[in-house]
Amino acid sequence: MSEELIQLWDKGVLLQGIWETIYLTFVSSFVAYVFGLPLGVLLTVTDKDGIHPVIWLNKIIGVIVNIFRSIPFVILMVACLPVAKLVVGTSLGNKAMIVMLVIAAVPYVARMTESSLKEVDKGVIEAAQAMGSSTFKIIYKVLIPEAKPSLMIGAVISLVTILGYSAMAGTIGGGGLGMIAISFGYQRFKYDIVWICVLLTVIVVQLIQEFGMLIARKSDKRINK
Amino acid sequence: MIEIKNLTKTYRTAKGSITALKDIDIKIEDGEIFGIIGLSGAGKSTLVRCINYLERPTSGQVIIDGKELGKLTNRELLKTRQNIGMVFQGFNLLAQRNVIKNICYPLEIAGVKKADALKGAEDLLELVGLSDKAKAYPSQLSGGQKQRVAIARALAAKTKYLLCDEATSALDPDTTRSVLELLKKINRTLGVTIVVITHEMKVIDSICDRVAVLDNSTVAEIGEVRAVFSNPRSDIAKKLIMPQGELPVTSENGKKIRIIYNGNNSSESLLSNMILTCSTPVNILHADTKDIDGKAYGQILIQLPEDESSERKITAYLDANNVTYSQV
Repeated sequence: MSEELIQLWDKGVLLQGIWETIYLTFVSSFVAYVFGLPLGVLLTVTDKDGIHPVIWLNKIIGVIVNIFRSIPFVILMVACLPVAKLVVGTSLGNKAMIVMLVIAAVPYVARMTESSLKEVDKGVIEAAQAMGSSTFKIIYKVLIPEAKPSLMIGAVISLVTILGYSAMAGTIGGGGLGMIAISFGYQRFKYDIVWICVLLTVIVVQLIQEFGMLIARKSDKRINK
Repeated sequence: MIEIKNLTKTYRTAKGSITALKDIDIKIEDGEIFGIIGLSGAGKSTLVRCINYLERPTSGQVIIDGKELGKLTNRELLKTRQNIGMVFQGFNLLAQRNVIKNICYPLEIAGVKKADALKGAEDLLELVGLSDKAKAYPSQLSGGQKQRVAIARALAAKTKYLLCDEATSALDPDTTRSVLELLKKINRTLGVTIVVITHEMKVIDSICDRVAVLDNSTVAEIGEVRAVFSNPRSDIAKKLIMPQGELPVTSENGKKIRIIYNGNNSSESLLSNMILTCSTPVNILHADTKDIDGKAYGQILIQLPEDESSERKITAYLDANNVTYSQV
């Protein structure tokens, strides 16, 4: 173990890194869901087989989502520097990073949501329609509650993906385990620091994964208990 | 009253248009159990979905209690649907809600207060005999129990009409019988008008007052169940009563006669009397008859003894008793 690693630990840099990674991931994911969830609902509902087909709108949203999803994150980040400046007043640091992560994650979350909602049994939706439910009521009383376990699994997957993106925060002056691995480890040839960061990231991912899946499983009423 | 007037439904597909329903005219009176029977692909599921406008007819009208559905605004249509319950072959319960919350769903939609909704739901749960399952989730119920919950849910908003789309087709015979009894009870005690869609004769037999036989997108026959099935005029009605068609002749030896039971000659024991009167033994090769409201339908294939005199005696007996038969 190198002296630098011990110093990093003693000064609380590593703990700070863990915290920043978690902070970046959860705040970005939360904001991404604020925009992505309604977008996913819109994609599902306006689909040609959806409960309120608006095909032109569906096509437009679909194309925009696909464009954003096909841009690699590093490039998207650079391209969106001015956007971050516009939204949070700076193109540097964790604040700016959250804007980038949200931009990258919204289309992803929208598609995740769409695929969860499309799993809902068509017959159940038909039954809700037969009982005189409006489109809006079907969305929040049938689609979302029925898809809840699947939506939660989607959220876990999204969190892990966003956590992966957050490792790039160092490039624009943000923090987190990714930044520590690159700046303190890789660039100073202290590979034990890199590996410690990898290990810590794996632990964070495992915790999110296991805990998230546990909640998803517990909430699913289709499983006999 | 549900009036279906001159209703036609066509689907446009890439390969041209498909006619699912053509010139349907049906009037369903309040308080009756009306059956719609047909083979798969006859258009019955489309027809039942036109009654609550889940499917919009291409032309024609659906009039419920004097209101023409096609002329309603979307909001009015939703309101009208709240008065028409529907149950499905696949139950379609909300998997993430427990039984009592499933039954509350239509009441939530109608804006009923939570306490009142819960009270109403509990009463219905008692009616369908599942009071002990209020907190259970659909995945913990059997098929029959799920359908009972679905029926309770369909009735929760004090619905006047109940549409059943193959409601018993996924159930075993015992469960089917008990669900049908429940439907009959609901019809008698709550006065709910029930429309039953099915491909099974026994469903029509056991609960329906009137029946429409659907074939090839049109109504082939319509009337009292007894009248339609004691004297089926359309080929499709005959086919539904004798699902196997004419029984095949398998044995080569001897003279054979096919005796047709078409509801006229069932009260007396035809075959026994024939044997006793003619004092001739016959061999039953194949038999398929069923009793509908005390009348027999179906056919029996018998093999006669080799000698001509007994054959003459038997045909004479059948002629004398006005029995429909054919020599094969």
